[in-house]
Amino acid sequence: MWIIKNRKIFYSISIILIVLSIFAIFFYGINFSIDFTGGAITEIEYTDKTIDLDTLKTNLDTLDLGNYTIQQAGEKGIILRTKDLTEQKRLSIINVLSDNNQTQLVEKRFSSIGPVIGEELKSKAKWAILLVIIAIILFIAFAFRKVSELGKESVSSWRYGIVAILALVHDIIIPTGVFVFLGSIFIDYQIDILFITALLAILGYSVNDTIVVFDRVRENLKDASKNESFEETVGKSLSQTFVRSINTSLTTLIVLVLLFLFGGDTTKHFALVLSIGVIVGTYSSIFLASPLLITIQKWQNK
Amino acid sequence: MSIINPFRNSIFLWDLSIKYDKYDIVVITKTLAVKISNGMKTKITAIILILFGVLIGYYTYSSQPTKPFKLGLDLAGGTHLVYQADVSKVETSEIKDSMSALRDVIERRTNLFGVSEPLVQVETTNEHNRLIIELPGITDINQAVEMIGQTPLLEFKKEKSNIADIIKEGQEVKEYLENENQLTPEYITSHPLAFEDPYEDTGLTGSLLEKSSLQFDPNTGEPTVLLSFNKEGRELFSKITKENVGKTIAIYLDGSPITAPVVREEIKDGSAEISGGFTPEEAKQLVRDLNYGALPVPIELISTQTVGASLGEDVLNKGIVAGIYGLIIVALFLLLWYRLPGLVSIVALGFYVAVMLALFKVIPVTLTSAGIAGFILSIGMAVDANVLVFERVKEELKKGLNIEDAIREGFARAWLSIRDGNISSIITAIILFWFGTSLVKGFALTFGIGVIISMFSALTITRTLLLSIAPRGEGGKLTKFLFNN
Repeated sequence: MWIIKNRKIFYSISIILIVLSIFAIFFYGINFSIDFTGGAITEIEYTDKTIDLDTLKTNLDTLDLGNYTIQQAGEKGIILRTKDLTEQKRLSIINVLSDNNQTQLVEKRFSSIGPVIGEELKSKAKWAILLVIIAIILFIAFAFRKVSELGKESVSSWRYGIVAILALVHDIIIPTGVFVFLGSIFIDYQIDILFITALLAILGYSVNDTIVVFDRVRENLKDASKNESFEETVGKSLSQTFVRSINTSLTTLIVLVLLFLFGGDTTKHFALVLSIGVIVGTYSSIFLASPLLITIQKWQNK
Repeated sequence: MSIINPFRNSIFLWDLSIKYDKYDIVVITKTLAVKISNGMKTKITAIILILFGVLIGYYTYSSQPTKPFKLGLDLAGGTHLVYQADVSKVETSEIKDSMSALRDVIERRTNLFGVSEPLVQVETTNEHNRLIIELPGITDINQAVEMIGQTPLLEFKKEKSNIADIIKEGQEVKEYLENENQLTPEYITSHPLAFEDPYEDTGLTGSLLEKSSLQFDPNTGEPTVLLSFNKEGRELFSKITKENVGKTIAIYLDGSPITAPVVREEIKDGSAEISGGFTPEEAKQLVRDLNYGALPVPIELISTQTVGASLGEDVLNKGIVAGIYGLIIVALFLLLWYRLPGLVSIVALGFYVAVMLALFKVIPVTLTSAGIAGFILSIGMAVDANVLVFERVKEELKKGLNIEDAIREGFARAWLSIRDGNISSIITAIILFWFGTSLVKGFALTFGIGVIISMFSALTITRTLLLSIAPRGEGGKLTKFLFNN
C-alpha cells in the first residue's frame, strides 16, 4: 500500500503545515471578532452618496471613539468597527455618518457586544471543543472495545481513540492557521462564533471519516488470515475505503464551495473554513490516522 | 451455490439439502416463495415511499402562504438585545421573583411595539441574571432601547384641591356616556375637568421606598400590603400624611393608578398599610410591583444586534441559490459516477430535502444563516451514507455476488460505518446545541436533525428503491453496466 509505505512523507507534510500554522498563530496573533472581545460593528449603506472615507474619519475622530477602523463595503456601504457602544454613542455616530441627518442612509446591521459576554463565549468555546474531543475519544474507545482481542499484533481501542484525536488536533490547527494568516491580510477574516462552530463541525466530520477507515480495519481484522500482518490489514482497509473517502469529501466540498461562491456574506467565511477543514480532515483520515495506527503498533511491539 | 441466497447463511441451507435430500425441495421452494413476495413487497413499498416523499414536498410547497418558514432575526431582520440585571441589592431568595417581575414589565412594553412574536427571556446562571429580548421586524434600535430601558416608576400622589370637582365632572361624563354613545367636541370643552388627573405629584417616588411586603389579617384573613420607607422617604411620607389626613393618597405605577388608600392619621415611622378589596393574587402582584418600583432591578444593555431586513433577505436568497446549485452538481456527480444507484440516491436525496424542509415547518425550527449552513452541510453528509453503501455494493459485485445479494450485503456491511460515523456527528451536534448562543444552536439543530434523517433516508429509501429495481439473478450486460461505475 503506497500510503503506508510513504507514511513518513505524509507525516512530514502534516508536521510542516502544523508548524506553519502555529507560527502564523503566534506571529500574527489571533484576530478575535467582537463576539469574543466585545465591541461594536456598524454597517450602513448610503442611498446615494459617494463615500469619502477621509472626511468621515476626520468627523468620527471628534467623537472620542478610541481605536476604530472604518472600511468601505461595496459601492455605497461602510463598515465601522469600534469598542462597544452605548445607545447615545451609537446615535452620535449615525449623526456623524449622515452629516446630521442631511444624507440618507440605511442601517443594515448593528452589533454591540459587551466584553463580559465575549469572555463568557471564549470560555464556552474552549469547553465545547474540549468536550467534543473527550466525548469522541470515549466513543471510539467504546465502539472499538473489542478490537484489541482481534489479531495477534493489534492495537488497543484506546489507541484508536488517541490516533483519532491526533488527527482532529491536526484538523483544527491548520484551518485556524490559514484563517489567522488570511486575517493578517483582510480585516474581515476574524475568529468569530461562526468560525468556532465551523471548527466543531470539522471535528464531527473528520472523526466520521476516520471512523469509517477504522471500521474497515476492525472488520478486516476479524477476517484476516493468520499470516497477514497488521500493516497489511490496515493497508488493505485503506485502499478499500479510499474511493469512498474521496467521493464523500468531494460531494461535501462541492456544496461548500458553492456556498462560498454564491452564499451571503455571513456564511462565506463559514463555508471557507469548512472547506479547508474538509480537505485537511480527509487528508488526516487517509494519510495520517491509519498510518499512525501502524506506527503506534510498531512502538508498542518494540 | 448462488441460485437462491436470501439469507446470509444460505451455505448452511445448501449443506442441509445435500444431507437431507427430501428437505431440499421444500427448503428451496419455500425460499423462492418468500423471495418473490419480497420482490413485490419492495416494489410496492418503493412506490409508497416515493408517493410519500412527493406528498411531503407538496405540503412544504403549498403551505408556504399559510405557514411560512420561521426565520431567525438575522434573516428576517430584527433586534436582539441582552440586558444584564444588577441584582446585588436584591436578597437571594427574591431574585427569581424580581426577575420575573422585570420580565413581565418589559414584556408589556414590548407588546406596545405591535411585534408579532416578541421574545423576552430570563437567563439565570450562577454568575448572572439576564434578560434576552428579541424583536423580529424592529430595526429602529433607538426606539426599542428607549422603550425598554425606562425604569418602572412608582409615584405617590396627593389629591388636587379641586379633586371633588374633577371627580364630579368625571362622574357626569360617565353617566352621559351611558346614555349617549359619543362625546361631542362641545361637550368635551364644557367639561375640561373630567379629563384631568385628580392627583398631583408629591415628590415621593419608589426610589424612597425601602420594602413592601404582603400580610394577611389574622382575624379576617384579608390580604394587606405593608410599605416601609427609608429615612428621606419617612420624612416626606410623614409630611404628606399629616397634610392629607382624611384624604386619599394614590399610588401610580408607570403613570397609571394602582390603588388609592385613605390616610387615617399622620404616619411618622415610615410604614403604611394598604388594605381592603384585594384578592390575595392582586395583593401579591401589588407587592411585587411595589418592590420592583422600590428596588428597581437596574438593567444595563450589554449587547445589541440588529439586522436590517434587506441584508437578511439577501443572505437567505443567496443561501437558497447556493443550496440549489449544490444539489444539482452533487446530483450530476452521483449520476455520472454511480449511474443507476446514483439516480436512486438522487431520489433519496430529494426525499431527504423534502422531509427536512417539512420538519423545519412542523417542529418548527427557526432558520438562521448558520442553520441553513448546517442544513447544506448535512446534504453532504446525506450523500456520504449512499456513497459508503454503493462502494460496498461494488466490492460485493466484484466478489461475484449477483446484484441483489450484493445490494443486501453492501447495506449490511456499510451499516456499522454509517452508524459509528453518525453517532460521532450526533455527539458533536448535541455539544454544539449546549454551547448555545442562538446562532450556534441553529446550526446544531439543523445539522443534528439532518444527520438523523439522512441516516434514515439512506437506509430505507435508497435500500428499498435499489432492491425494487434490482434484476433477479445475474442480469445482463446492460444491468451490470448500470450498477457499476
